[in-house]
Amino acid sequence: MTQHADRIRSYRRAIVTIAVAALCYEAIARSGYFPAVLVPTLPKIAMALWRSLLDGSMLSHAGFTLYRVLFGFSLAIVVGVPLGIMMARYRPVQNFVLPLASAFMPIPSLAWVPLFILWFGLGNTVAVLVVFYAATFPILLNTWSGVRSVNPLWLRAAGAMGADENLLFWKVIIPGASPFIITGLRQAFLRAWIAVVGAEMIAASDWGLGWTIFDAKEFLNADMMIASLVVIGFIGFVFERLVFGSLEQATVMRWGMVKTVRS
Amino acid sequence: MRWRVIARTAYPFLVVAAIWEIVARLEVFPRRLFPPLEEIAAAFARLTLSGVLPHHAFDTLIRLTAGFALAAIAGVMIGILMGRFRRAEDIFLPLVTIAAPIPGLAYAPLFLLWFGLGHFSAVLLVAFVSAFPVVFNTWTGVKAVKDIWVRSALVMGADNPKLFRHVILPGALPYILTGLRLGLAQAWRVLVGVEMLAAVPWGLGWMIFGAREFLNTDVMLAGVAVIAMIGLALEKLVFEKIENYTVVRWGMMS
Repeated sequence: MTQHADRIRSYRRAIVTIAVAALCYEAIARSGYFPAVLVPTLPKIAMALWRSLLDGSMLSHAGFTLYRVLFGFSLAIVVGVPLGIMMARYRPVQNFVLPLASAFMPIPSLAWVPLFILWFGLGNTVAVLVVFYAATFPILLNTWSGVRSVNPLWLRAAGAMGADENLLFWKVIIPGASPFIITGLRQAFLRAWIAVVGAEMIAASDWGLGWTIFDAKEFLNADMMIASLVVIGFIGFVFERLVFGSLEQATVMRWGMVKTVRS
Repeated sequence: MRWRVIARTAYPFLVVAAIWEIVARLEVFPRRLFPPLEEIAAAFARLTLSGVLPHHAFDTLIRLTAGFALAAIAGVMIGILMGRFRRAEDIFLPLVTIAAPIPGLAYAPLFLLWFGLGHFSAVLLVAFVSAFPVVFNTWTGVKAVKDIWVRSALVMGADNPKLFRHVILPGALPYILTGLRLGLAQAWRVLVGVEMLAAVPWGLGWMIFGAREFLNTDVMLAGVAVIAMIGLALEKLVFEKIENYTVVRWGMMS
């Protein structure tokens, strides 16, 4: 009960804070101290958002961005998860991949953008590849440590109960490693989301949320920029909470691998 | 033993280098776009000797240090306030929760519009973006300090500054360090991107981006190599050292 009251209280406080922040912003925007094009008022931003949603342009920008990020992300899963499992299971694979991964991981994915532009031209390929580069390493390394952290007792127990390699893999190793794998996917998506926006800005194609923001800068459309920021934040939030949250709920929490954490 | 470790670490790189070299030599792709390794090494040596590459790297590091220092100071302060005072938590938490999930580079054009092209915007953006993990982790760390430590320190007559210095700060430090580490990694990723956008005169990101205009693939790859080295050095030298000096020595982490 007190927890419930606490929650309502913190929601109320959050709303008050945001309202005050919005009012401050509005006051600054209306004060005329800054040029109106650079600091648009909130109704103007809302109008820009609404207009772009109505004529469908914002939706197709978001669609292109999502297509790029999901394509690259899926590629990263297809490569990262099996490779991570192989690294954990076979020593030579680990010896080969691990040094490479730790050398390439600290390179920011955006550093590859100019090179990829030269190699593949402007457009979708660059964005997809950059997303792939950004997302692969967290998935790879988390899968690797997840499989290695599977309790050896479980493996022996399953082996003693007559599980063959195949069964062992699907029924013990994959579920056992899944909390790590899901954490890896989560981190990877965050990085992928950053990478796709950056790649769209630098490798300007003509669609995508990152491109919208960058393009709006040229025409001093600060209202459009902030509207795109809102959409980007919203999509990121939806993925983080809904997609990965429910993925976690449906798998590792139901299996009792991690405790339900309610904040 | 030592040699074997070095050899084992080196051999994947040799394999990749050999494949690269073969592909480049066979000229599967145009040579300008896919230069062999010795051309990249030559570009690296040429740029290093002429002082161009060190200048780019130096400016990038200055920006990184300035931005990250701002983020660390502001982030730790806000995080501690949020952890200690209910009111501060109420004010900052909603704002941070809204602003944090937006990818850092998405703010870049807005910052460029507001603060102009160049150095200042780049540093400010890096600071802004890398502050979020610092704030979140510091806040969690301060909240995770055991209540019983605080109460026993109070009973033993610790005043507020003492409590802060000897209980809260050391107690929260493992989290704060994690936050700083994440923040630095974030700063590094954003900085390279923003240098391409902000039209700064020097900087590794700009060097790579500028080299594209002239199809100088060798220069670009040399730049990427330097970026990789700096990233690796940040990870291995800076943070592992700090961790060893503090939390590991205090027995808070093994």
